[in-house]
Amino acid sequence: MTWETILLALRAIRRNVLRSSLTILGIVIGVGAVITMVTLGGGATAQVTSEISSLGSNMLQVRPGQDFHGPGGTRSSAEPFKIDDAEAISREIFGLEAVSPTGTSSTQVISGNKNWSTTIMGVTNAYLQVRDWPLESGREFSEAESRSGRAVCIIGATIKKEIFGDKDPVGETIRLKKLSCQVVGVLESKGQTGFGQDQDDVVLVPLRAFQRRLKGNTDVGAIYVSAADGISTTTVKEDIEQLMRERRRIASGEDDDFHVRDMQEIVSTLTSTTRILTALLGAVAAVSLLVGGIGIMNIMLVSVTERTREIGTRLAIGALEREVLMQFLIEAVVLSSFGGLIGIILGLVSAGIGAHILGMPFVFNAGIVVIAFVFSAAVGVVFGFFPARQAARLDPIEALRHE
Amino acid sequence: MNTTPYGNNGKNHLIELKGITKVYGTGSVAMHALRGIDLCIDPGEFVAVMGPSGSGKSTCMNILGCLDTPSAGSYLFKGIDVGTLSRDQRAILRRNYLGFVFQGFNLLNRTSALENVELPLIYRGVPARQRHDRARKALAAVGLTGWESHTPGELSGGQQQRVAIARAVVIEPEVLMADEPTGNLDSTTSREIMDLLSAFNREHGITIVMVTHEADMAVYARRTIHFLDGIIDTEVDNGKEGVVQ
Repeated sequence: MTWETILLALRAIRRNVLRSSLTILGIVIGVGAVITMVTLGGGATAQVTSEISSLGSNMLQVRPGQDFHGPGGTRSSAEPFKIDDAEAISREIFGLEAVSPTGTSSTQVISGNKNWSTTIMGVTNAYLQVRDWPLESGREFSEAESRSGRAVCIIGATIKKEIFGDKDPVGETIRLKKLSCQVVGVLESKGQTGFGQDQDDVVLVPLRAFQRRLKGNTDVGAIYVSAADGISTTTVKEDIEQLMRERRRIASGEDDDFHVRDMQEIVSTLTSTTRILTALLGAVAAVSLLVGGIGIMNIMLVSVTERTREIGTRLAIGALEREVLMQFLIEAVVLSSFGGLIGIILGLVSAGIGAHILGMPFVFNAGIVVIAFVFSAAVGVVFGFFPARQAARLDPIEALRHE
Repeated sequence: MNTTPYGNNGKNHLIELKGITKVYGTGSVAMHALRGIDLCIDPGEFVAVMGPSGSGKSTCMNILGCLDTPSAGSYLFKGIDVGTLSRDQRAILRRNYLGFVFQGFNLLNRTSALENVELPLIYRGVPARQRHDRARKALAAVGLTGWESHTPGELSGGQQQRVAIARAVVIEPEVLMADEPTGNLDSTTSREIMDLLSAFNREHGITIVMVTHEADMAVYARRTIHFLDGIIDTEVDNGKEGVVQ
């Protein structure tokens, strides 16, 4: 009888092509949307994580001012660092690869008739090491240039593109405020950060030149530190915090007036952001799954008159209640799992295409595939099966008379 | 189900109703559809049940067909008290002994005539090949050879009723219950359907119980039972074996 029941169910599906395909469509849309959204969300998270590692995952930033969440920025009230602080870190902290004191300022870059607003950073060569940032062409600052604060600069890929176009910028001169500056090197392109900042939109000058000629002081804005391989950034962070508290004479119990941020922190901020984004997309998709479910319910309820009479007929000619129920259950399961399978394939394909268009990695999430499939099957079974169960429990004559 | 045919009481009644009542609703709104029916039907009979609307003839028919249960009284089918049977047992009784023909045909839509006729055989677990053969033969017996693959939507009312009759007789039932089988058909087609039913009664010995309100159709039956206000008013013996005219 089981095989016969399956046969009956398949016949019923084939007989009602329109109703069957609408049911399947509802599930396909729901499952497909959930899988697409969540897979794309997973891809976005993976991309953000890889972009953060492009910042240098072993990097720490020491900034004056208290912690505030988000990238960049300092509190002006705190006393700025000096070169001494960077040298002290370099000298006293164990397990460092490179230390670079930096200063940052925004200004116009002018060359010929080209004009571009950008970020100027005063750095030492160690900055390139900390950021793990190779040169595309030209050279680093020479010892003499760093020490004397000569007006030379290394430009980012965006500056090269905006100011020089296809020309080779090495040896050319650009003007930063009143400072004429010779380009000695070009950085390789790093692309955007996870926050959407263009990392290549930057001009690096020797820190000494930055302090004397652009700022007119000896302040250091942020100290970039990279831990050596195999050294925990957490340990380094704690060591630096202790050292700086001593140097800045902060009594125990008082709040720090500086902040050491390691990338783990940024990673967790960003992943929590993308997680929220994924959850949001997932919620939107869940709504479409629900709407798909309501669509199925509609179709099932609309056809309930016809189906009730069909059930009455089947009961009258001698079908058992459980045989009728089994037929409808199989029908619902076949329809919803078929729809679920198509939805999974469609969802994965569109997620793949979407990831390709958005330039994101495609991250297969087996969990969501299973969840979407199970949910769709449940929706199909609940909405397909329960109206039928109501009908099959009627006396045959009531089911037959149903209008 | 396969106990001694025709019960232990020594009588040959196929169907025996005793004091059957049917009440819809309760208390002051109770509607007495049947007020105590006593009726016996013997094997091979062709009984027409007549009466005005609301006289209880259809209710009685549904109880006879085990589609509905009486409020009180006993119903013996081949000597078995149907009142003691479970829902599933009644379904098996219908499956093995009863065929139904309805006024509204009640065929499955968008399903070929052959598949409609096969349906009761599926529930009886008849193997596919045998099922096809028997369904084809049943369709041939109602004169629908060549129409096997047509769906109800592609058939005329008379043809649909023929498919329904084929579906009812394909299981070779003891009793064929026909509830106003010609109610939706014109007079010519009605006569064709009645001829068909008479032929099954005469040639295959299938007992037929038919509800109708058309006297023209009732004359095909050997015995006519008139219902009025929930009781049997009169019984008329047409005095003929099966078909008239």
